[in-house]
Amino acid sequence: MTDTPSPLEIHDLTVSYQRKPVLYGIDLVVGEGSLVGVIGPNGAGKSTLIKSIMGMIPHNGGWVKIFGKPPGKSCSRVGYVPQRESVDWDFPVSVLDVVLMGRYNHAGWFRRVGKKDRRIACECLEKVNMLPFADRQIGKLSGGQQQRVFLARALAQESDLYLMDEPFAGVDAVTEKAIIEVLRELKSQGKSLVVVHHDLSTAREYFDQLVLLNMRLIAVGKVEDTFTRDLLQKTYGGRLTIFTEVADQSAGIREYDKERRSVSSME
Amino acid sequence: MKEPFIRDFDPIDTFVTPWATAADAAWNGQIVLMGFLVCLSCGLVGAFIVVRRLALMGDAISHGILPGLALAFIVMQSRALLPMFFGACLAGLLCSACIEWLQRKSILKPDAALGLTFTSFFALGVLLISLHGSNAHIDPDCLLYGEIGLIPLAENLSIAGFDIGSRPLISMLAITILVILALTIFYRQLLVSSFDLTLAKTLGLRINLIHFGLMLLLALTIVSAFEAVGVILVVSMLIFPSVTAAFFFTRMPVILLCSIPLSVIYSCGGFFLARWLDCSIAGAMVVVAFLCFVCAWVIGSQGGPLQRAPHLRRVVAES
Repeated sequence: MTDTPSPLEIHDLTVSYQRKPVLYGIDLVVGEGSLVGVIGPNGAGKSTLIKSIMGMIPHNGGWVKIFGKPPGKSCSRVGYVPQRESVDWDFPVSVLDVVLMGRYNHAGWFRRVGKKDRRIACECLEKVNMLPFADRQIGKLSGGQQQRVFLARALAQESDLYLMDEPFAGVDAVTEKAIIEVLRELKSQGKSLVVVHHDLSTAREYFDQLVLLNMRLIAVGKVEDTFTRDLLQKTYGGRLTIFTEVADQSAGIREYDKERRSVSSME
Repeated sequence: MKEPFIRDFDPIDTFVTPWATAADAAWNGQIVLMGFLVCLSCGLVGAFIVVRRLALMGDAISHGILPGLALAFIVMQSRALLPMFFGACLAGLLCSACIEWLQRKSILKPDAALGLTFTSFFALGVLLISLHGSNAHIDPDCLLYGEIGLIPLAENLSIAGFDIGSRPLISMLAITILVILALTIFYRQLLVSSFDLTLAKTLGLRINLIHFGLMLLLALTIVSAFEAVGVILVVSMLIFPSVTAAFFFTRMPVILLCSIPLSVIYSCGGFFLARWLDCSIAGAMVVVAFLCFVCAWVIGSQGGPLQRAPHLRRVVAES
């Protein structure tokens, strides 16, 4: 089983911004064909985790291996879906241009983009229902549509490991559904996905593994084992009170449990 | 009698006289051609500079080259062309590297880092010239305004005994060809790294190398253009063509291609305007570029006032 190196392996990763630590000692292994959600409160270091896996942010300690190699070496096997705000949407490119960028590694940097790459790019757009917008300038799309363009571009890269930074943030219901369908399809093809997610109410439904993060790694594992009130409480600290209802619902906590808690808080 | 504020427009004098004799045509043709080459090469490089939000980097580099010119003169004790050229390019690159470094490693905001660096470079250059280069005939004013009208006076370049034309013109032509080749060959690398640095990194591109390459191209363009046309024309030509084209087109290749017709309009329009008003040719070219920009902004399909005001659009549609 250990013949092939796992898609993503992180050991003792520590990152700080200008001497202010953001992540401490993260250990994580992501297996083939897993759909992993990364959840945690604001400022927990979720995006930092993704960016330091990509090598965009230097880390102070520990290491990251992607398919057994340091990040720089196997970059072509990684697809990254950045946060929507990270690019300039007034940039003079069309939707198809952006998706074709994902093909540059396959097409060769100096050759003409062939029919095959164009066809694949169109197929990827079709998968996210964006083919009718292929010729449109990217600034003239809604937020959800922009997110789907990023997703199509990641698909066009035909990577084996996908890292996605809040793909569901601020998107409409149609987009959310389209994205989750694509994620599941990728998983069924044996690809690995690590997705930063902020919405606890859907986390349980969307992912089969969860990483609970709050500067430290609180828990990692199957949703059934990690999406518990104790662990969520530990992850979100005092802030969970806002989420308690949602968490209780999703975690399937019974009514008497709630009563018991109110009793214990009175003590 | 007092001179009128604006000279009377004389179409014969403006459009016909410059080309009346072969000698005149050759003289003025060189001026217009030089203007065209400067506008084209600056416009092409500038399109990428603008989308990278580095529009003022051209300004910075063009001022930052002064200490390089001064040092080259002090070291060589002559105004030999090659040392001056390399000194200027080196100082320009160093200036852009300092700006990058300050932006990344200090708490300075990008615009502050830029303003601080290039003014320091320029001041250092002025100081060096006034200390050691008083006989250098490097005039900071000339650096700023240039004089394109004197292009035909420049020495001729000859290869193997053949006279191949005015030296600044030939070197500008060579740089323009270099710019076109470099942008064609590395188009995708430049596009991806300008649009999305993270993707560029994911695709295994060496983004620092690409950035350095673009800065080198920018420095080469500026250095070969400035002695003839001055910094002001160079800096404006880096920005005007692509932002003007962006009012009509939304794809990079088309915007790049637009530099060609726009350069023709700028150089010819500027030449005739200067001929009519008897003013600085480089200045007139920038004025033409500005007028084109305003027209594009008004009638352009991408975000001009006509597009934003629905009732106006209806009026236009009906008329």
